[in-house]
Amino acid sequence: MTVKYTREHEWIRIEGDSATVGITFYAQEQLGDVVFVELPEADTSADQGAEVAVVESVKAASDIYAPVTGTIIESNNELSERPELVNEDPENDGWFFKMQLSDPSELDDLLDEADYQVFIQEEL
Amino acid sequence: MTDLHSLALESFHSKQGAKFAPFAGYKMPIQYPLGVKGEHLHTRESVGLFDVSHMGQLLVEGPGITKALETLVPAALREMVPGQIRYSQLTLNNGGILDDLMLTRWHDTTWGLVVNGACKHADMDHLKAMLPDSVQMTYLDTHALIAVQGPKARHALTRTIPEAGDLVFMRAVQTTWNGHPITLSCCGYTGEDGYEISIANTHAQELAEALTAREETTWVGLGARNSLRLETGLCLYGNDLTTETTPIEADLLWSIQKRRRTDGGFLGADTILQQMNDGAPRKRVGIAPADGRTPLRDHTILNNSSGNEVGEITSGGFGPTFEGPVAMGYVTHNMSAPGTELFAEVRGKSLPCTVCDPIFVQQRYVRAL
Repeated sequence: MTVKYTREHEWIRIEGDSATVGITFYAQEQLGDVVFVELPEADTSADQGAEVAVVESVKAASDIYAPVTGTIIESNNELSERPELVNEDPENDGWFFKMQLSDPSELDDLLDEADYQVFIQEEL
Repeated sequence: MTDLHSLALESFHSKQGAKFAPFAGYKMPIQYPLGVKGEHLHTRESVGLFDVSHMGQLLVEGPGITKALETLVPAALREMVPGQIRYSQLTLNNGGILDDLMLTRWHDTTWGLVVNGACKHADMDHLKAMLPDSVQMTYLDTHALIAVQGPKARHALTRTIPEAGDLVFMRAVQTTWNGHPITLSCCGYTGEDGYEISIANTHAQELAEALTAREETTWVGLGARNSLRLETGLCLYGNDLTTETTPIEADLLWSIQKRRRTDGGFLGADTILQQMNDGAPRKRVGIAPADGRTPLRDHTILNNSSGNEVGEITSGGFGPTFEGPVAMGYVTHNMSAPGTELFAEVRGKSLPCTVCDPIFVQQRYVRAL
């Protein structure tokens, strides 16, 4: 099991040819209290970088992008009722959606945890 | 943020853990460690402290000032007693609004004005141009303005400033605190009971520390100030009021007293009174999404069932006390009745919503003791 990160502050946990996607602890901290999440429907395909979900905090709405190309296989419907899970447990129970990967080589362009930590330090 | 003006209390706010952002030309505290939602809820339950020193505090004085000011605002000023505050608008010839403001009568020839930070220089230019030369205007950028808002504000502040206990909503007094002159006004912009305190910059930190020391209080940034005013249906200049909206369209007829409705005599009165009598082409209303969940943000377009544009959201977001989306906007007259069904364009989709009262959370002013 590998976890990778995007420069848009998403994490992607890869298990075989499928992956779970959410936003990082740093991202939820920047967003503030999350009040609404709009999730993609299952069986929709998404290109790498496509806007597939929306997260709204008390401050603003932000797009969530597909970190890699693939098909959405499941969304975390728990977030519809409890959007605060994104703040409380962003990297576990606050996951957004699961994808079937089309091209695992796209993962090579993503950041590993150490690179991501450097990336957010530079952004601060 | 080097070109921005600094608040007198900037380093004090930094020590409180504030995050800053530019607003109205100032480096302003947007939120503190409690966060927007926590600060909002604390203000509704207890007491929030706000540094609103970016707002323009003006003193205008001179013979004939009351009559001259009445040519610029639709509020009735002549009847006001010393220490009384009224909310009004600086209107324009087209009936539009240059700014909204609070006016406090001090003496026959002296008025205090509090105008929006982003508009204050344009307001001063307008006042200079329109008021007689005999009127003297003083811009009190020497003074900070601290708002103390919430259901426990009266109890908390009375222990610091005893005069607070005697003031009802829209009354003000000039007094002293710890030997420093202050202006204490019972008003604010959160929908809650509370006060605004004007004090010289040199003594602002002393007051800020005294207020912070009270256990009921927490500092609140502009983020929660916005959600607090939006939930209680209060307009934000620049979003909900502009030079292209009239007080009638904005549903502010309540702020135009009877004599002014009959006699006019203020800039834009022709248009404003004609709209009062015949109806305005559009009206400010509340908008609620039918799903009860999707926040509608500023500038969201509103359509009728045929897909034709009938309005726009001017302020929208999430109300922590309402526990749901809150929004206000303008719709055409025929679509403005409560219960009217509309469709909001949200991310390429058509989201059903309903026209409602823009007051999502009831205002709780103390109008009598």
